[in-house]
Amino acid sequence: MNTMEMLAWVRGPGLALSLSVLVIGVSVRLLEMFLLGRRPDLSEPRVAHSGWYGLRTMVTRSVPPSSCARYRLPAFLAGYAFHIGLFLIVFFFVPHILLIEAITGFSWTGLNAWLIDGVTLITLMALLLVFWYRISDPVRRFLSNFNDWYALLVTFLPVLSGYLAYHRLLLDYNTLLVIHILSVELLLVSLPFTKLMHAFTLWFSRWYNGQMAGRKGVKA
Amino acid sequence: MDDEPTLTQRLRQQGISRRSFLKYCAGLASMMALPPALAPKIAEALERARRPAVIWLSFQECTACTESLTRSFSPTIENLIFNVISLDYHHTLQAASGTHAEEARRQSMAQNKGRYILVVDGSIPVRDGGVYSTIAGISNLDMLRETAADAAAIVSVGTCASYGGLPHARPNPTGAVPVSEILPERTIVHVPGCPPIPVVISGVIAHVLTFGKLPELDDIGRPKMFYGQTIHDRCYRRPFYDRNLFAESFDDEGARQGWCLYKLGCKGPTTRNACATEKWNQGTSFPIQSGHPCLGCSEPDFWDAGSFYQALTAPPVDVSKWVAPAVATGVVAGAAIGLANRLRRAKAARARQPLTADDVKTED
Ligand code: SF4
Repeated sequence: MNTMEMLAWVRGPGLALSLSVLVIGVSVRLLEMFLLGRRPDLSEPRVAHSGWYGLRTMVTRSVPPSSCARYRLPAFLAGYAFHIGLFLIVFFFVPHILLIEAITGFSWTGLNAWLIDGVTLITLMALLLVFWYRISDPVRRFLSNFNDWYALLVTFLPVLSGYLAYHRLLLDYNTLLVIHILSVELLLVSLPFTKLMHAFTLWFSRWYNGQMAGRKGVKA
Repeated sequence: MDDEPTLTQRLRQQGISRRSFLKYCAGLASMMALPPALAPKIAEALERARRPAVIWLSFQECTACTESLTRSFSPTIENLIFNVISLDYHHTLQAASGTHAEEARRQSMAQNKGRYILVVDGSIPVRDGGVYSTIAGISNLDMLRETAADAAAIVSVGTCASYGGLPHARPNPTGAVPVSEILPERTIVHVPGCPPIPVVISGVIAHVLTFGKLPELDDIGRPKMFYGQTIHDRCYRRPFYDRNLFAESFDDEGARQGWCLYKLGCKGPTTRNACATEKWNQGTSFPIQSGHPCLGCSEPDFWDAGSFYQALTAPPVDVSKWVAPAVATGVVAGAAIGLANRLRRAKAARARQPLTADDVKTED
């Protein structure tokens, strides 16, 4: 198999296969969780519309609470930086938008390539910083298991390979493109079965926490 | 052979001055990334070169490769290569026909055994014993095997001979394959392109004549000196790509402003060729300069790599065909697992034996 054949495979069947695994995995896991249902809460609700508290928590838990910032500011910022960075790279780099458009039919304006380039560099550094904190701090290291290291790695690889491909560093461009797309496909198939699933469960769980606390009259 | 006119004399007869010959050699030197000081050496080597016999076989092809080489300039400077070589057999260009033509090929093969250069354009159909393309009753497959056996070097000119090209595209009814598949044991120089740039074709031949050996090849057999860079690396529209300025259709403002053609399907980023630097028609232009996206014609299987007019990132297969059943599978499996969990919970609830304070008491 030469590079062009590999490229054709990862762009075509490889992508279709990994997207299928992603879709099956995510729908199974979400349905499994939702169908489990919730234990009936027999107590008297303290507020009239606890759903609003859920919505509020979706917002409040997403903005940085000032108390956290005091503790290791760089790690805190790195967390935000790489999440926002990933979002911008995935959804606002023009070649990515064109891929999404080809599959779903939806499209929107992208950001300048040089801007995405800068964002990518920041994201890479933020991910490295996050890795460094996890490995250098004995407590975090003790608490980390395979799932944590793996999730970090499969998130890091597509960003790194994409950056190298864009700048044509180290290897030939088409080889880098194959590696980049393969690493994305690894991320796609890993997503439903690792803690990366939070990309989908995040808003539900935030709403759930807020709604529950609201119902009990807790100021959350 | 000694009283044959020298190359310079022959060129002069055709109205090509020594000056333009030297200019051509300097151009070749720069293309091959050699120091300009080597240009006179190339000229000297070409002038001194013993005219090697070249047998040119055309199989499943459209003749554009030959057209590219012979009609690029007027008077063609690429043609000078025909003054340096002795083209003993070429279906399209030779005057002889029928049995005489085949006789010329066999004669050249016998006289120049082990020394002639074999050039092939077009792919070779192998289905049903290779009956889909024959010349003088000989299948392409047999003719290639026979002629390759005593060739000193083999050059595949064009994407069809190099990688199968159009005849090899799905569903490939004739079972077309490239030369390298018939002769896996031989080193074959690939000069792909649909057609290849004339100066690249002649440059490869000039390299062999000047240095007496094949140029260094990349992983798919292309001379690195000509195919070392992608179109995108050297494209003059690149600044627009970097600034996010794209033509969205062939007649919008972006197209008129000469912006990047990525969204219109340009394959420049994954295509290695010299179009952006050497250009066509005496350096006049190349597809991207005329407003058309690069098709990626010097890459294997470019016909099957998805639409020419869809962006490079668009998958070449219909992903939705896979994803729709995946959604259905996911929903059914998820629902089944969810229901099974509920049943398990209901069963556990039924089997539960509540412990009361009295039960605890009787235990003391
Ligand atoms: S027109 Fe094609 S080769 Fe040129 S910059 Fe745009 S994508 Fe690259």
